[in-house]
Amino acid sequence: MKNIWTIAKREYNNYFGGALAYVVMAAVLFPLGIYFSLILLYNSQQGLYGGAAAPDITPITGLFAFLMIFLSPALTMRLLSDEARMGTIELLLTAPIRDGELVVGKWLGAMLFILTLIGVTLIYPIVLNNFVSPGIDWMVVVSAYIGLILICAVMLALGVGISAIFTNQFAAFFVTLGLLFFLYFMIGLPSGLLPQSGQIFNYLSIQSHFERMNSGTLTLGGIVYDLSLVVFGLFAGFTAIETRRWR
Amino acid sequence: MIKVSGLTKDYGSRRAIDNLTFNAQQGEIVGFLGPNGAGKTTTMRILTGYMPPTDGEAIVAGYDIVEESLEARKRIGYLPESVPLYQDMVVWDYLQYMGELRRIPNAGERVEEVLEMVGLIDRAEGYIGNLSKGMKQRVGLAQALLHHPEVLILDEPTIGLDPSQVVEVRELIREIGKERTVLLSTHLLNEAQNLCDRVLIINKGKIVAEDTTENLQSSLLGAERALVRVGGENDGLVETIKSVKGVRKVKVNDDGAVEFEFASGKDLRAEVAKAVVTNNYELIEFRSLGMSLEEIFLELTHGEGKR
Ligand SMILES: Nc1ncnc2c1ncn2[C@@H]1O[C@H](COP(=O)(O)OP(=O)(O)OP(=O)(O)O)[C@@H](O)[C@H]1O
Ligand SMILES: [Mg+2]
Repeated sequence: MKNIWTIAKREYNNYFGGALAYVVMAAVLFPLGIYFSLILLYNSQQGLYGGAAAPDITPITGLFAFLMIFLSPALTMRLLSDEARMGTIELLLTAPIRDGELVVGKWLGAMLFILTLIGVTLIYPIVLNNFVSPGIDWMVVVSAYIGLILICAVMLALGVGISAIFTNQFAAFFVTLGLLFFLYFMIGLPSGLLPQSGQIFNYLSIQSHFERMNSGTLTLGGIVYDLSLVVFGLFAGFTAIETRRWR
Repeated sequence: MIKVSGLTKDYGSRRAIDNLTFNAQQGEIVGFLGPNGAGKTTTMRILTGYMPPTDGEAIVAGYDIVEESLEARKRIGYLPESVPLYQDMVVWDYLQYMGELRRIPNAGERVEEVLEMVGLIDRAEGYIGNLSKGMKQRVGLAQALLHHPEVLILDEPTIGLDPSQVVEVRELIREIGKERTVLLSTHLLNEAQNLCDRVLIINKGKIVAEDTTENLQSSLLGAERALVRVGGENDGLVETIKSVKGVRKVKVNDDGAVEFEFASGKDLRAEVAKAVVTNNYELIEFRSLGMSLEEIFLELTHGEGKR
C-alpha cells in the first residue's frame, strides 16, 4: 500500500513538473468558466423575464466529463509506456514492488491530479448556490460529482492499462482516445435501433451511466459497471507488464 | 550469496544463456567478462528479478529469485546497463523516491550519504537530464547503494566515466566488495584484473573459463612471451630464436624487436638469450612480456574456447 502511495505521489508531482498539468487545467477550467458564466447570464436574463427553471450544476459536470474523453488519454499516455521506452521500468521491476502496486500507483497518481481539478470546480456549485434561492439541490451535486469521479476513474484506468501495452506514448494516446470515444458515444447507439434487447448496449455505455448520475440518480448498476471497468483497465496493465517480463 | 545453477534463457528461439552455473560468496567481487551479446546483461536481469529464466534457478541473498522475488529484490542493488533514469527529475528527489520505494528509514540522510559517496552532492539540486553521462552513471550507482544491499549487481559500472572517475568508482566498488557480494560485468580486462577476486568468462551464453584472476593469467593457457631487441642487423635472428627447442610463435615487431612465446613452467629465457649472444647479435634488450588477460580473453572467446 505504501508503495502505491509513493508511486502516486511521484506521478502527481511529475504532472506539475512539466507543462501537461497546466495545459490540462486550462483546457478544463477555461471552457467550464465560460460555460458557467453563460449559464449565470442566461438565467439572470430569464429571471428578469420570470418563469425560469432554477439552474443546476449538471451542465458543468457534463462538460467536464466530455472534455475528459480527450484529456485523460493525454494524462495517462506516458505513465507506463515511457517507463518502458526509457528503460526506467527496469529499476521499478527490480525494486521490491509488486507489479500490481506499480499499475495502481500510476493510476492513483493520475486520479489525484483529476481529483484536484475536480476539487477546483466545486467553486461552481458554491457560487451557484449563492445566486439561487432557496439554494441548489445538493443531492444532485453529490450524485453528479460521484458520477464524474467514477467516469474519470474509468477513463484513467483504461488509459493506464493501454499505456502499459505500448512503448510509444502516441500509440497509447490514440488507442485510448479511440476506446473512450467508442465507450462513450458509440457502444450505446444500437440500443436506439434495437427493441428491448438493445438495452444491453445502453448499459455498456459509460455515457448513459454518467448522465443518469449527473442528473441525480445514483444507480447501483452504474457504479458496479464503472468500478468493474476500472478493475479491468488496471488488470490489463498488470497483465501487460507480467507478459513483458516473461517474454 | 549468489548461487546459480543451470540458468538458461531463451528469447523466442534464440538461446541467450545456456546452462550457467556459478557462485559468488560474501565479500567477493566477481567479474563477468565477455564480448557483446555474450549474455551478461541477460544473466544480470534474471538475477535481479527483472525477468524469470527459461530454466534453472538462482538464489540471491538466500532467496529464490523467482519464488521469493520480493525478498530477494529487497537485498539487491542494481545498476542496469543503460542507466535508465528520469531525466525530468531532480537528483535528490529521484534518490528520495527510490529510497522510499525501498522503505529506507530517514531516506533523506541516506540520500545525502550516497551522494557524498559518489561525489555528486553539489549536483543534488540539479535535474538528472542536465548531468553529464558520467554523472548519470554515478546517480545510477548511488541508487544501487541506497539500501545497503547485500548483493550488488553492476552492469558495466565504469563505462563512460573519465579515467579519474574510473579510479574512484573502482575504489568505491572495492570498498563495498569487502563486506558484500559484488557481481559486475565488463568488457575491460584490466578492470576485471585489478578489481575482481574471480572472473567468469562468458561467451555465447556459456561460461568458458572461471578462476581467480591470478590463476587465469598464469595457468589457464600456460603461455608466456618475451621480447628480444638487438642492435645493428637482425637478419637471421628469428631463425636463431626458433632454433631453441620449445619456442613457439616467433614474430618480428614493426620496430625490429622479436617476440616469442613459450610454455610457462618451462622457462626458456636463459637459453634464448644465450643463443642470441653466441650468434654474435648485439643484445640490447630482453624483456618478459608475461601474458595478459587480454589475450586469454581473445583466445577463449574467438577461438574454440579451449580449456
Ligand atoms: N529483449 C531481448 N529480446 C531478444 N533477444 C535479446 C534480448 N535481449 C538480449 N537478447 C539477445 O540475447 C543475447 C545476449 O544479450 P545480452 O544483452 O545479455 O549480452 P551482453 O553480454 O550483455 O552484451 P553487451 O556486452 O553488448 O552488453 C544477444 O544475442 C541478444 O541479441
Ligand atoms: Mg550487456
